[in-house]
Amino acid sequence: MTQSVVVQVGQCGNQVGCRFWDLALREHAHVNKKGLYDEALSSFFRNVDSRKCDGEAHVVGGRIQHLKARAVLVDMEEGVVNEILQGPLREMFDSTQLLTDVSGSGNNWAVGHMTYGSAYREQIVDKLRKAAEHCDCLQCFFLIHSMGGGTGSGLGTKVLSLLEEEFPEVCRIVTSIYPSAEDDVVTSPYNSILAMRELTEHADCVLPVENQSLVDIVKKIKHMSHSGKPGTVIRRESAIISGQGGLIGAEKPFDAMNNIVANLLLNITSSARFEGSLNMDLNEIAMNLVPFPRLHYLVPSLTPLYTLADVSVPSRRLDQMFSDAFSKEHQLIRADPKHSLYLACALMVRGNVQVSDLRRNIERLKPSLPFVSWNQEGWKTGLCSVPPVGHSHSLLALANNTCVKTTFMELRERFTKLYRKKAHLHHYLHVEGMEQSHFSEALSSLSSLIEEYHQLDATKGRLMPGAPRLRIAR
Amino acid sequence: MSVVTVQLGQCGNQVGQQLLHSLLCDAQNGQRKELCTATRERFFHQDTHGELVARAVLIDMEPKVINQSISRAARSGMWRYGETSHFSQKQGSGNNWANGFCVHGPAHREVVEELVRREVERCDRLSGLLAMMSVAGGTGSGVGTYVTQCLRDVYPKSFILNHLTWPYGTGEVIVQNYNSVLTLAHLYQLSDAILVHENDTVHQICSQLLNIKHISFADVNSVIAHQLGSVLQPALTADSQGAYSRNPLGELVSALCCHPEFKLLSISSIPQVPLASMAYSSFSWPSLLKHLRQMLISNTKMEEGIDWQVRPPAAAERSRSLTAGGFNTSLANVLILRGKDVYSAETGGFEDPALYSSWLSPQEAFSVWKSPVPFNKYEKSATLVSNSQALLRPLDSMVGGAWNMFASRAYIHQYTKFGISEEDFLDSFSSLEQVISSYKQLR
Ligand SMILES: Nc1nc2c(ncn2[C@@H]2O[C@H](COP(=O)(O)OP(=O)(O)OP(=O)(O)O)[C@@H](O)[C@H]2O)c(=O)[nH]1
Ligand SMILES: Nc1nc2c(ncn2[C@@H]2O[C@H](COP(=O)(O)OP(=O)(O)O)[C@@H](O)[C@H]2O)c(=O)[nH]1
Ligand SMILES: [Mg+2]
Ligand SMILES: [Mg+2]
Repeated sequence: MTQSVVVQVGQCGNQVGCRFWDLALREHAHVNKKGLYDEALSSFFRNVDSRKCDGEAHVVGGRIQHLKARAVLVDMEEGVVNEILQGPLREMFDSTQLLTDVSGSGNNWAVGHMTYGSAYREQIVDKLRKAAEHCDCLQCFFLIHSMGGGTGSGLGTKVLSLLEEEFPEVCRIVTSIYPSAEDDVVTSPYNSILAMRELTEHADCVLPVENQSLVDIVKKIKHMSHSGKPGTVIRRESAIISGQGGLIGAEKPFDAMNNIVANLLLNITSSARFEGSLNMDLNEIAMNLVPFPRLHYLVPSLTPLYTLADVSVPSRRLDQMFSDAFSKEHQLIRADPKHSLYLACALMVRGNVQVSDLRRNIERLKPSLPFVSWNQEGWKTGLCSVPPVGHSHSLLALANNTCVKTTFMELRERFTKLYRKKAHLHHYLHVEGMEQSHFSEALSSLSSLIEEYHQLDATKGRLMPGAPRLRIAR
Repeated sequence: MSVVTVQLGQCGNQVGQQLLHSLLCDAQNGQRKELCTATRERFFHQDTHGELVARAVLIDMEPKVINQSISRAARSGMWRYGETSHFSQKQGSGNNWANGFCVHGPAHREVVEELVRREVERCDRLSGLLAMMSVAGGTGSGVGTYVTQCLRDVYPKSFILNHLTWPYGTGEVIVQNYNSVLTLAHLYQLSDAILVHENDTVHQICSQLLNIKHISFADVNSVIAHQLGSVLQPALTADSQGAYSRNPLGELVSALCCHPEFKLLSISSIPQVPLASMAYSSFSWPSLLKHLRQMLISNTKMEEGIDWQVRPPAAAERSRSLTAGGFNTSLANVLILRGKDVYSAETGGFEDPALYSSWLSPQEAFSVWKSPVPFNKYEKSATLVSNSQALLRPLDSMVGGAWNMFASRAYIHQYTKFGISEEDFLDSFSSLEQVISSYKQLR
């Protein structure tokens, strides 16, 4: 079995990461009744001897002593990390996994990327190597950060390129939280576009998540649970915004939203942790979903968002789950994949679902989904037998779909509005190592990415004849 | 004589486990001592406590599936895998044939060869090697191809059969067509015979003939194991003189694969009914064989939905080299009959020269194996292994799909990264176009 390391950078990265660890523990506690340190646990946790300070790790098979997260926490402020260290998850991290500063990046990508990036470079690499040394087969880094701020966006993308430099063989999957249009960070369009270029160049896969979509989903679930209609009682623990059953009691403002992202990460890694009749390992994600290296943005959608307490008509609900995964309302970015072009699509199913359910639903949905001409059967499927806590089954769809370009174009518009007026630009150009060319190059990188999606879109609906087959001499 | 099974990747390890289990269950169920002994000798050996241990090697690049197969076998209480007959790594090949073939395969060559050698040396006499895998993933296909190549080097004189599971046509691994093309093109140079099960066909059998509502891979694998088992379970051949034939793999190869251009074998079985209705069904040999023959010539894999209109072309049409609509021309067939009154079964319908290419006589092209012992609870059953145009359509669509993708160079960077170049792809494409063209011209 392989291991993964989570690198969480900035306020958002650490808050989301914290929710992930809480829910990951909950999930394993639910499955692992014997209290043994098993392969599944070992993929994200170390089991160390708490009496020894250097924390000699135990091998798989023994009793759970003391679980430590395979994580590196980076923030240029102390607030969030300190809170984690005072909370119930504190035991999961030790000081060697943490890196903090006091003054923050002031929502300035350049400060995060350039200033802190060079000041902390060695320390970061050191902590990453430490985390990697604890793994006997390191498969994947999960970077969690936001695009809109300074630390996650700037230093986070710096960490990404350090990962590429230091561990070229290890897969880099980035979860990026995109700002909403009403984001309170004025400079978020600058930060996002500067970060986008780094993501396009250095990540293997990016899972874009928009805060606005998270807000909408939270609203929808809250509405459901307050509607009080008979038959609409949502089961405790089942809503993907719920932290019920985790260690952390009281909810903080972003928690409901962050739990959705945490569930995304749980589901994407489920097949690598638990057994199933059709495994989907983490290295299969990029292999199947990334036809060209730069086009690696995968739109996630999660279903069901909750289950109702009465469990009638489960099989209709199963098909509903598949339909929902393609609806606008369930995407984690505001986009409509059904009306754009699919380059590839993965369905990662958990729980009591068989291959016939998969086949039936693919056959049923296929006619309504446009796929690029050379990938008409562009489906990747995985079946993991362990469902998420509170559910009998669940589905994570990852779509490599041209609909991401809408998010990027909106972002570019907001960027241009600021950039035209040169608003706040001097805060960036003051920073050592930062030049105006960073802005223009990042902008053109994004524009050419958008152009690539445009060009693919232009092939949509056009009947493409199959390439003439190879002729052989007889 | 014994067969050493090599199970590769998730599919190979799941299907292989089911096959061995079905074979043993069937042999022990019938209370025919002679058959039981022959099956045991063929696929198992006994340890010092008298426990049956499979003559099998399990290989995967990740541990989860192998662990499952080993414990499933042990749980049956009837047999187990050898304690040290498996090899796994921590990280799969990621659905990448190049990763399996160029990286994992060579890295673990020695270990794998050693595991196989141990099993081979345990056999008094070796009938051959049966390598089982899917073509869509990275380990079964890539490592499987590499291992087949090594085994061909180490055992140049032994029979090597590959049992391949072909993926659902509507995608389950996005690069499945690339992986399939690379696998088939290479195996065509290495293997003595390539036995194919298509997941689509088997799935259909599960839903339409067996009426299974929620079809799992376990259901699919039982059908594959049934069909394959009915071929591999000991039987009497024309020249085995009343004793169970000695060399199932060798006899299959010599009966079916007389020409290196033609190695693709398909399997169909009749009857296949739900367990619950088995008690109420009765079958006669003439009817079973009439259906099976029509399934062959109309290329239908199930007794349901057979097109009875398809007929062999008349001699005149053949000489004008017209392919009659929907008619499936055979190069060679082996018919395996098991069960009650098997000696009264009339197989003349399969000896019609019109079924075969003109360059083999029906005597050369057709063989029958028989056994009076019923197979897998069916009072009578017939299985046909056929080297015919049956796999032409799925092969053509695999190659066509891969070629379309290749034309836009999608996903190629994932392969070049591990050392498979565009030229390697072109070589594989052209050798499979050659195979397609040969089968198309069969008449
Ligand atoms: N019939 C059948 N097909 C299976 C089974 N398991 C996997 N497959 C098929 O095998 C293909 C995927 O290949 P796998 O065997 O999972 O891959 P692998 O050989 O383990 O290779 P990697 O996981 O890529 O390293 C798909 O076509 C699946 O439908 C099974 O138990 N039965
Ligand atoms: N979903 C989510 N978004 C957050 C969270 N915290 C901050 N954000 C978003 O992240 C952006 C600000 O970045 P932040 O992480 O605070 O800055 P940093 O600490 O400098 O990286 C804004 O778009 C916020 O809306 C969080 O916990 N969850
Ligand atoms: Mg902030
Ligand atoms: Mg596998």
